[in-house]
Amino acid sequence: MSEINQYTARDIPERLSSPFKRVVSSWEALLLLVAILIFFINTQATPYFLDWWNLSDATFNFTEKAFIAFAMALLVISGEIDLSVAAIIALVSTAMGFAVQLGYDTPALVAIALVVGLACGAINGLLVTGLGLPSIVVTIGTMSLFRGISYIILGDQSYKDYPESFLFFGQGYVWSTVTFELLLFVIFAIVYYVLLHRTNFGRAVYVIGNNPTAAVFSGLRVERIKFLLFLLTGIMSAIAAICLTSRLGSTRPSIGLGLELEIITMVVLGGVNILGGSGTIPGVALAAIVMGMLIFGFGLLNVPGIVMSIFIGLLLIGVIALPKIASNLKNYYLERKA
Amino acid sequence: MSILKKTLVKRLLLTTAVSAALMMNAAQAENKRIALVVKGLGIGFFEAAVKGAEEAAKEIGDVEIIYTGPTDTTAEGQIEVINSLIAQKVDAIAISANDKDAVVPALKKAMKRGITVISWDSGVAIEGRQFHLNPSSNPLIGNMIIKLAADDLPEGGDVAILSAGATSTNQNTWIAEMNKVKDHYPNINIVSTVYGDDLSDKSYREAQGLMKSHPNLKAIISPTSVGIVAAAQAVTDAGKVGEINVTGLGLPSEMAGHIASGASKSFAIWNPIDLGYAATTIAYNLATGATAEAGGSIAMGRMGEVEVNDDLEGAMADPFIYNSSNIDDFKYIF
Repeated sequence: MSEINQYTARDIPERLSSPFKRVVSSWEALLLLVAILIFFINTQATPYFLDWWNLSDATFNFTEKAFIAFAMALLVISGEIDLSVAAIIALVSTAMGFAVQLGYDTPALVAIALVVGLACGAINGLLVTGLGLPSIVVTIGTMSLFRGISYIILGDQSYKDYPESFLFFGQGYVWSTVTFELLLFVIFAIVYYVLLHRTNFGRAVYVIGNNPTAAVFSGLRVERIKFLLFLLTGIMSAIAAICLTSRLGSTRPSIGLGLELEIITMVVLGGVNILGGSGTIPGVALAAIVMGMLIFGFGLLNVPGIVMSIFIGLLLIGVIALPKIASNLKNYYLERKA
Repeated sequence: MSILKKTLVKRLLLTTAVSAALMMNAAQAENKRIALVVKGLGIGFFEAAVKGAEEAAKEIGDVEIIYTGPTDTTAEGQIEVINSLIAQKVDAIAISANDKDAVVPALKKAMKRGITVISWDSGVAIEGRQFHLNPSSNPLIGNMIIKLAADDLPEGGDVAILSAGATSTNQNTWIAEMNKVKDHYPNINIVSTVYGDDLSDKSYREAQGLMKSHPNLKAIISPTSVGIVAAAQAVTDAGKVGEINVTGLGLPSEMAGHIASGASKSFAIWNPIDLGYAATTIAYNLATGATAEAGGSIAMGRMGEVEVNDDLEGAMADPFIYNSSNIDDFKYIF
């Protein structure tokens, strides 16, 4: 008996654990604890950490990535992925730089960015939902395509001379040490929280990720919802591109190189199941803050970049492996007991 | 769940605590802290530059060098590094930039908060730094490549040039500068200039062609690291080692074999150790009262003084000459 059901059967508890207990034992609570811990250790390890301006500078380490991570979280929960986001940043930034040369001003630049981001998202979405291709393959392809176009247009040149008003997005402060990007981060966190956890659309995303077939038979327009999610990721990449370009004040085709991996790390660290079906926005937001503070703390201690990469790599593997190891251990323990 | 939680927390605690303990002693002392920001960690050229920086720090005394840079050679990575240096309130930043424009806003912020900023090796746009140190200058390089050929040809003779592309800006500038000073070397007779387009095989064939069409050829000058290696190989394969000397600009790691075989008696390129040394002393001097003004000059220790031009740039020195006496020290560096 025990051989058959050990891995498939789930105990049905006699009652649900109390809401309080669920919150305390959640992944988000753990992340919050880790965030507080890192904050505390940073304050002890370096005298420079607890300074409003420094903390404000530190937020740039995660804000732009987090914008994309929110949309990516929805995409991953629905069972898809988009590896082309950093390449979309490059293409959007190049398009804006090109428009600057033609004399367009800030509002037009933002509009162009959003249109290009939408177009990129639409290409990904059409290839995945229209032709039924696997998103990981499609977006590896478009990753080279989008960045390739930037390289063709720019070569080893760069665009600069962005209008003064454009620089507000990445370098501006809304109040005291609160940057515009930090404000955007808070706004997007709320918007995506509502979208995923408080709307029918959000419920549908979970259903599709858990069981696409069941979703189809429940009358959900699976392909359309997935297409919308790709569009959303494209737009968020465009917004990140606006902020990043504004912060750098220039565009090169190598802009944002490799960001997609950091974004996916953020999403997975936030507790989103890489195979789809589960995950939360508060988790992703906390993961963004944890990663940002970790990188900034290491930076203050002048830890070499490679050590940071190793640590973040280990963190990612650990986070994916731990639940698996824990459940294996639990099964082993139960088997011994039985 | 609780097992999982405990383990993760324990891991994080441990790792962070260990790194914290390791780094505790970094934040102390009243030394001038000079950050040497490089394009990427783990690049031999920059590791050598740090040796020079450490040498300068030892010589000056109250200087602490922070050697840092991103793992990947991106501008975004360098900006994160710059932000953390601003937060640490270092005294000076000396940067070899991955992108001359993208780091400008971050460096401007650094200067606004009272940090001395210079660039070296790979420059930053003028609004983002106080001074830029070039390893050398076009006139110095132009003079050096013909001098190298002349030094090994006391009795003079025919010399040919193997350049990169016909439209390569750097090489054309250096050759033009060389032509300006060639009257100082009356024995040297420049017979031809050919282009190998910085491709190994094409450069090799062009070098073969030079040897055929100029039987009295005594030296080939190649002011490009691809061409010089190809020319040395062509001379070796033609069995003309000792007859024809190959010289110009090259990398010690790629040229070590040809120096050993005698196909090339000497060549030149900047010395990264001197560069790191000079960048550090200049950063120190600017942080302690010296100013970089057009027409002025800044002291750089054993390297003498650097003159500041109208773009607030300066050239450190002649390219450094590599030959059989020092190649072994540098061939593992870059």
